[in-house]
Amino acid sequence: MEKDIEAELFSLEALRAGDRAEFARMVDSYYEIIYRLAFRMLNNPQDAEDILQETFIKAYRHLNNFDGRSKISTWLYRIATNEALMFLRRKQPHQVSIDEPIETEAGEAEPLQIVDWCCIPEDELLSAEARGHLDEAVGQLPYSLRIVFILREIEGLSTRETADVLQLSETAVKTRLSRARLRLREDLSGYYAERMEGKSDGRE
Amino acid sequence: MEENKNHPCRNLLASLSDYVDGELGEELCAEIERHLAGCENCQIVVDTLRKTIYLYRTTSSQPEIHPDVRKRLFLRLDLDEFIGKA
Repeated sequence: MEKDIEAELFSLEALRAGDRAEFARMVDSYYEIIYRLAFRMLNNPQDAEDILQETFIKAYRHLNNFDGRSKISTWLYRIATNEALMFLRRKQPHQVSIDEPIETEAGEAEPLQIVDWCCIPEDELLSAEARGHLDEAVGQLPYSLRIVFILREIEGLSTRETADVLQLSETAVKTRLSRARLRLREDLSGYYAERMEGKSDGRE
Repeated sequence: MEENKNHPCRNLLASLSDYVDGELGEELCAEIERHLAGCENCQIVVDTLRKTIYLYRTTSSQPEIHPDVRKRLFLRLDLDEFIGKA
């Protein structure tokens, strides 16, 4: 359904024919989501801007390869994630791969903290420091998990769209999202447990 | 929850993300709920997992975009003439 709405927004024919005004309209519609995606992946505004520019340069060059079967946004996300991946590989060779092997059984060999921190009052759970910690924890997820987490949970793509962007199976997307969430839960459990201990120590 | 890899609680972990999303089949869902009713530790994991998801959905802030980012992008794409038409 969304695809039909989007198809009405831009004329693929005009884009392919090199219509600059139409291309400018497309850039205006998507540059913010692409910048934010790149920023979240790279944690740096300058690098995010480089990826943003490369994404639209590539998109312009390869408009003829875009078959219109997926949404334009999906196609742009795909170009942007590939650009970001290549960028990270240049910076940290041997460390970055979207295909890096991860165990299929989420939780296998992972630590597991059992601390019930749900009772902490909301204003403490959502303190500026806690928010900062959560952002940091997302930034520390391995690339293969972080990209899935960003697309699914922050950009709000469906499992299928995320699979389409990353050219992974839907099962792989679900497994990675599960692992990302469990890692964040683990991280927050450690963080809030310390705060709960600190409090009870103070009372003694 | 024991630290044994083959412990039933460990096996459950892989399904919890789908469980909290309500995406599990009826049978597996019922199995998990039966287990949760008798396993306090797993109940804590499910509660804190739900809370984790709630927290990042609530707090996720949008990175700021400097206005010059758009301008520089348009210049780089030779779209100078459209910079004024946001």
